[in-house]
Amino acid sequence: MMRAGRLALVILLGACSGQQNALDPASAQNRSITVMFWAMLVVASLIWLAVTAAFLVPAVRQRRTTREEAEPAFEVPAETSRRQTRIVSAATAGTVLILLLFLIYDFGVGRALAAHPGRALTIELVGHQWWWEVHYADPDPSKIVIDANELHLPVGQPVQIKLVSRDVIHSFWVPNLIGKRDLIPGYTSSIFFTADRPGVYRAQCAEFCGHEHAKMALAVVAHPANEFVAWLDRQRTPAAEPSDSLATSGKHVFLSAACSKCHAITGVEAYSTVGPNLTHLASRRTLAAGTLPNTRGNLGGWIVDPQSIKPGARMPSNQLESRDLVALLAYLQTLK
Amino acid sequence: MRARSGRSSIEQEDVTLPPPEPIDREQLEMNARQLDVTWRDPGGLWGWLTTVDHKSIAKRYIITALLMFIAGGIEAAMMRMQLAVPENSLLGPDRYNQVFTTHGTTMMFLFAVPIMNAMGLYFVPLMVGARTIAFPRLNAFGYYAYLVGVVFLYVSLFLNTGPDAGWTAYLPLAGPQFSPGHRVDVWAQVVTFTEIAALAAAVNIIVTTLKMRAPGMSLNRIPLFVWAQLVVSFMIVFAMPAVATASTLMLAADRAVSTHWFNPAEGGDALLWQHVFWFFGHPEVYIIFLPGLGMVTPIVETFCRRRVFGYDALVLANITTGFFSFGLWVHHMFATPIPELGQSLFTAASMLIAIPTGIQIFCWIATMWSGRPRLTTAMLFVLGFLFTFVIGGLTGVMLASVTFDKQAHDTFFVVSHLHYVLIGGAVMPLLGAFYFWFPKVTGRMLNETLGKWNFWLFVIGVNVAFFPMHILGLNGMPRRIYSYLAESGWGPLNLLATAGAVVVVASVAIFLVNAALSWRSGAVAGPNPWASSGLEWATTSPAPSYNFVHTPLVLGRHPLWDSVGPLPVITGLRHDRREVLVTTAFDARPDHRHIEPEASIWPFVMSLAMGVTWIGSIFTPWAVLIGLGMTLLVILGWGWESSRVKDAELVETEDRLVEAV
Repeated sequence: MMRAGRLALVILLGACSGQQNALDPASAQNRSITVMFWAMLVVASLIWLAVTAAFLVPAVRQRRTTREEAEPAFEVPAETSRRQTRIVSAATAGTVLILLLFLIYDFGVGRALAAHPGRALTIELVGHQWWWEVHYADPDPSKIVIDANELHLPVGQPVQIKLVSRDVIHSFWVPNLIGKRDLIPGYTSSIFFTADRPGVYRAQCAEFCGHEHAKMALAVVAHPANEFVAWLDRQRTPAAEPSDSLATSGKHVFLSAACSKCHAITGVEAYSTVGPNLTHLASRRTLAAGTLPNTRGNLGGWIVDPQSIKPGARMPSNQLESRDLVALLAYLQTLK
Repeated sequence: MRARSGRSSIEQEDVTLPPPEPIDREQLEMNARQLDVTWRDPGGLWGWLTTVDHKSIAKRYIITALLMFIAGGIEAAMMRMQLAVPENSLLGPDRYNQVFTTHGTTMMFLFAVPIMNAMGLYFVPLMVGARTIAFPRLNAFGYYAYLVGVVFLYVSLFLNTGPDAGWTAYLPLAGPQFSPGHRVDVWAQVVTFTEIAALAAAVNIIVTTLKMRAPGMSLNRIPLFVWAQLVVSFMIVFAMPAVATASTLMLAADRAVSTHWFNPAEGGDALLWQHVFWFFGHPEVYIIFLPGLGMVTPIVETFCRRRVFGYDALVLANITTGFFSFGLWVHHMFATPIPELGQSLFTAASMLIAIPTGIQIFCWIATMWSGRPRLTTAMLFVLGFLFTFVIGGLTGVMLASVTFDKQAHDTFFVVSHLHYVLIGGAVMPLLGAFYFWFPKVTGRMLNETLGKWNFWLFVIGVNVAFFPMHILGLNGMPRRIYSYLAESGWGPLNLLATAGAVVVVASVAIFLVNAALSWRSGAVAGPNPWASSGLEWATTSPAPSYNFVHTPLVLGRHPLWDSVGPLPVITGLRHDRREVLVTTAFDARPDHRHIEPEASIWPFVMSLAMGVTWIGSIFTPWAVLIGLGMTLLVILGWGWESSRVKDAELVETEDRLVEAV
């Protein structure tokens, strides 16, 4: 019993912290949503308890055996009906009042969240089946950064995420930071929030988008402001020329095999935008949109046989000589 | 004898009846035999295919829909097995997506709506004291259209062509570019069949309710179950054309002949689908659950031994819910770029609809307080409904908030909410209704001991299966995912939910065993085993082919409780042809006689012609033209047969009809 209780506690507490948890706010916006949620939950629970008590009391008090012959229907005294009419009317009035308070509260929260925060850092997010493309705009074209499956942002500064989809509807949702916003082809929409706690938060596509909807995650990394600037600067550097011969032949494999048909690497003759940009692949936390940790072994497995890891993914299987694969991995590992 | 009108009905002239004549048993039996000759449809396979008896058709409807409940349940169990542990490999994404889409499509389109319609098609004529339903052939056609949809979906699923874009089939995912092949076509046409079936049922129920009520059953005396069916039927009439437009005219046309309604690259609009779909989809929820509420009232009245508290309030709540349900659809779209001000209107509307629902719950609780509750299985299911549904209703109010909804939308929180509402609000009352009305349909009682097992396992199972999903949703678990990582921490609660699902499966199995055993060898029920008040209990169990020997005369809201002594009836309808009495819409005064059609094969043939048309249209647009030709021929055949039936005759005078037995 004690153990069951402890287990229940662990499960419930497990729900209160984590990288992908709506009730563990890391932004002012989500803090106000969470407070409202708890307020509504408390009121709703009290109402539920009251209703349950209200029907259990007569059910238990007047309980008869089911075998008893049905007694004739009876007339309810007029006085009882009048009293009940008053009680039901009061309960209805109470319902209206509670709903009205909820409504006003919700409008207040909604209004605050919808307010434009003024100067915000704009990041564009493009949804693809089944990965995320992230653009950091800059007036200077050489400073534009294109990343994939990781969204980096500064703490304490409002950010505007511009949401675009090129294929089907996806939905951007970082539970710790803000509620959902759909990426709808033909529409450009935006969402504003301000992270107030550094950390790595997990986002996952929330609108069913086909085969691999389950494996379309996005790591959202909230950096302290100065670290963010440093990170962005690092991302602006093109891929370095490989220094050892293995990596150099890996680069050759990249360009001569199917890789560059879909993937771009800045500073290399690979420009395709079909798949994720790989300029800083090795600096990413995960592979295949949050499906695997980014290790050398996983990368090799992903390149050779993506269809058994993420069936239906757009990445085809690649039949590479093992020597070429080793070289390719060595090269890709240099893309820090 | 002086008739006593319903205790709280609106002032109405009390009818003074002539003193009851002594019952001539022999005459009565002769009448019954004659009526049976007139109304019984032929037997054998031909009879089975041609019958237009609303009870036979509705019984088939109910059994088919229950089979669909089992099929949808098996799909649910498959999903729960897959999600029980992280990174499970029982079902791959391809299979899982077909399974969850088929689960939703089955439960919404092939189980919930049809079974609620079917309960109406069976009981509305009995409850209003009519010999049959208004359009018996249309009724048979509706069932066969539905059956074609059922067979089509499941044959497709087993051919690995089950729909896989979700039961909401959002565009452009469900469009030709992102869902090539025929999977989504199957979905679009299955929806077409069920729309047609639902519209046929709705029109039938509306006309039966408004024009075929027994004399004296004025609008303010209609049983609440019938009110719910009437409101829902009107909702179907307004809501179904929206999904018909969306799925048949737009989605199917986009896929078959590239109309590009939803293709932004060609100037179409991806969001348009959501508006049209949810304009149907939200009323759909209430189409499923208002009949459930309609079932609660007679159960509560019967087992509390008093007339329900607040009849007027309950009726008005039904109607307002029906109205409001058309103003909520945007709350499914809060995450789309619809301006905040527009969204807030739908927040208010979504909260507003909690008021009529609350009023109904308060009225039943008041009935229980001043009544003498007897906890039969049917009544227990009503308690289970209150216990479970209120949770779903309250999370529904929370979801009305735009800001909170954006956190919960498309997560397991919403999965939990919708199952609490639909299982709590529709399936639990439905199970209660089965225990309550099973004797009327089969003549035998369901076993109460098995019933208690059925009830407790169901309530416990449902809550264990679905409550943890609230937490999972807030913990970040999106819906419609076939797999999740162990690091997500979603494993334990998913395992718990799967355990709950196992309990639900056990409960449903007990129900099926109970139904099978009781149908064969349950206690014989007699006409009115629960000493209930409605007209359906005024005839034998099961009701004969002609429903009532004499049309009842209704003097109040609770005919069997209102009249002291035998139920007053009227005579004067002919026994040698299928004559029914048509009454006025408001006061139910006798208006004219109408002759209902005999058994016919045309409804069945028509559904086949329609099946060829729609299923063929998946493969070639020409099928529409060929099917149209076939359908026209069938209409000719149908009409030629109908034209041989004589026209209606006017009732001579009202007084000559009124006699008492």
